[in-house]
Amino acid sequence: MTALEKIGAPPTRLGGTVLYDWEYLVQEDRAHRLIYTDPVIFAAEMTQIFGGTWTYLAHESEIPNINDFITRRLGLRPLIIARDAEGKLRALYNRCTHRGTTLCRFDKGNSKSFQCPYHGWNFLNTGQLRGVPWPDGYAGDMRDPKYNLAQVPRVESYRGFIFGTLNLDSLPLIEHLGPIATVIDEWLDRNPGGRIVVCEANRFRFKANWKLAYDNSCDGYHVAYSHRSLLETENRFAGENAKGMAYYRNSPDTQPMYMRYTGRGNHYKDKRPNLEKRPGGLWALESAHPGMEHYEADFISRYGDRAFSLLDLAGSEPVNINVFPNLSLLGNHIQVFEPVSVEETNAIWYGTMIVDDGSIGADGVRDINALRMRTQEGFPNFGEVDDIANFEQIQRGLMAIEDEWVYMHRGLGIPDRVKTNADGTITAPATDEAFMREHFKEWKRLMQTRANLAIRREP
Amino acid sequence: MNAPNPPDPSRSSYYVNDLLYRELIADFTDWQDDTRAVNDTAVRDEFRRLVEREARLLDQLRYDDWLAMYAAECVYWVPSTPYAGDPRREIAVMFDDRRRLEDRIYRLRTGFAWSQAPQSRTVRLVTNVEVFAAVRDDARMLRSNFAISEFWDKETRTLTGWAGHRVVRSGCGWKITAKQVNLLECDQAIRNLSIIL
Repeated sequence: MTALEKIGAPPTRLGGTVLYDWEYLVQEDRAHRLIYTDPVIFAAEMTQIFGGTWTYLAHESEIPNINDFITRRLGLRPLIIARDAEGKLRALYNRCTHRGTTLCRFDKGNSKSFQCPYHGWNFLNTGQLRGVPWPDGYAGDMRDPKYNLAQVPRVESYRGFIFGTLNLDSLPLIEHLGPIATVIDEWLDRNPGGRIVVCEANRFRFKANWKLAYDNSCDGYHVAYSHRSLLETENRFAGENAKGMAYYRNSPDTQPMYMRYTGRGNHYKDKRPNLEKRPGGLWALESAHPGMEHYEADFISRYGDRAFSLLDLAGSEPVNINVFPNLSLLGNHIQVFEPVSVEETNAIWYGTMIVDDGSIGADGVRDINALRMRTQEGFPNFGEVDDIANFEQIQRGLMAIEDEWVYMHRGLGIPDRVKTNADGTITAPATDEAFMREHFKEWKRLMQTRANLAIRREP
Repeated sequence: MNAPNPPDPSRSSYYVNDLLYRELIADFTDWQDDTRAVNDTAVRDEFRRLVEREARLLDQLRYDDWLAMYAAECVYWVPSTPYAGDPRREIAVMFDDRRRLEDRIYRLRTGFAWSQAPQSRTVRLVTNVEVFAAVRDDARMLRSNFAISEFWDKETRTLTGWAGHRVVRSGCGWKITAKQVNLLECDQAIRNLSIIL
């Protein structure tokens, strides 16, 4: 008996008929409002996109020990992400095979098995059914694999970032990530030992479609307007020394920052070239944060010349690395988009801290993290809140049914503005919407593909 | 030679240091202890009036008057976990010093804070005010429960939880040196949390 069970056609098909004209809905320069408002398209995305391609699930630092688990979702599927007794990462469906009850209702914990609270079926964290109460009441063999928990058939981790896919034909994760993996490497390798640990989060819910957040993830055009209150606040004492994202204020396209599309819906916005290339170059751009003057003076007295490279570890890394469909590394955050419904989404901004690899010492790491927590709280509090207000108002605007299109053509058709590089990546100025046009090509491809999707059960 | 002026906590942040964090964690750990309860009704009434006044000033958006209830060196802390934890190694929903509190108010007043355009209307209920002795003789710890009804974007929702205030004697009154706001949903995704709690 095969342990794989194939998944059927998405609801955007009826029998042999494709119900949606995808080429019409997503055109080169514009997208139709329905892709953000239609519940059937959303239902199809929950299989074709969330699970149809490698989708971020969790960070390994959230389940560091054997038998640790956290509960998450893949699209709308409730999952238990567990590190089993052998250390293997599992993405188990949090759904009893008997009556469909969720097995685990806690956000996190440590357990080698999960007992259903309804009728007591008990499962190992490998997904295998360990036993049921009074088994002599069943005529058949309860060791049939169909009673083992469903699980995501492919789970892989890239340097701590755990992804899962239902797509048996997906490339290995590292090949799927392609050039964006190098940028993730750079993001990690600026930290001691190349490691970070997740440490709680700023958690937002908003009444708008998840794609509005992903569309925003590489958007350099909105900053001066959507974040005007933030830019004014973080520069209220700055004088000539513009702080934070002030480089967006005037002619942002003349700055050395840029966006790059790297394929498969992934892209990044690189603001690092705007910085002075020296220890403290990042720190010099930081706006006011609790404790910054104390720790800066203290670090200089304790570490001398080395102080500014340490302070840079508390600085907000100026890059947005977006892995389609639901992951965005920005500053020091791991932001994750969680669809709730066609018009509701969570954006979870997981904080990260550094760990001591022996190169700094426990006190130094403690103090860098004390500062790093405060720098990370700035943008969610003073920036993200305004973006989310705008996402919600887009969703409202899209209720105007006969005004059908939203545009994404900034930069399109201007000679020499958008460049395709030798490696196939695409580079454009920071305010261009080229990244959006490209990730929608991937979205459209995934929505149309009859992918080889399956769930797996332990044999 | 004159002594240097003490740094202005509205312009720089020297007081947020490891000692502050350690004292904060100590003061906000295991403090709601019956053996430390202050039961004198006049004292309890004085502090009940303090938290009621704070609620009213925030409902009325009288931010300057509200800030004046706080010590120059103060902390406003909204933990992201129900057990609060160590803010040196956990992201908080909010962790503001004096300057960031003033940033928060400045932002709301720019006219470009879209999450507060139009601004929320709030009415706060504060109840169950209890007073406890603090580590320092001249300080007290207050516990109160709150329910904030917030009208925004055509809807009214309720944010509930409890607050811990650390107050110190200042002249003939008290100043708030730390406020810990424990939202019931602190570790969950919350829609547009952009008012001051």
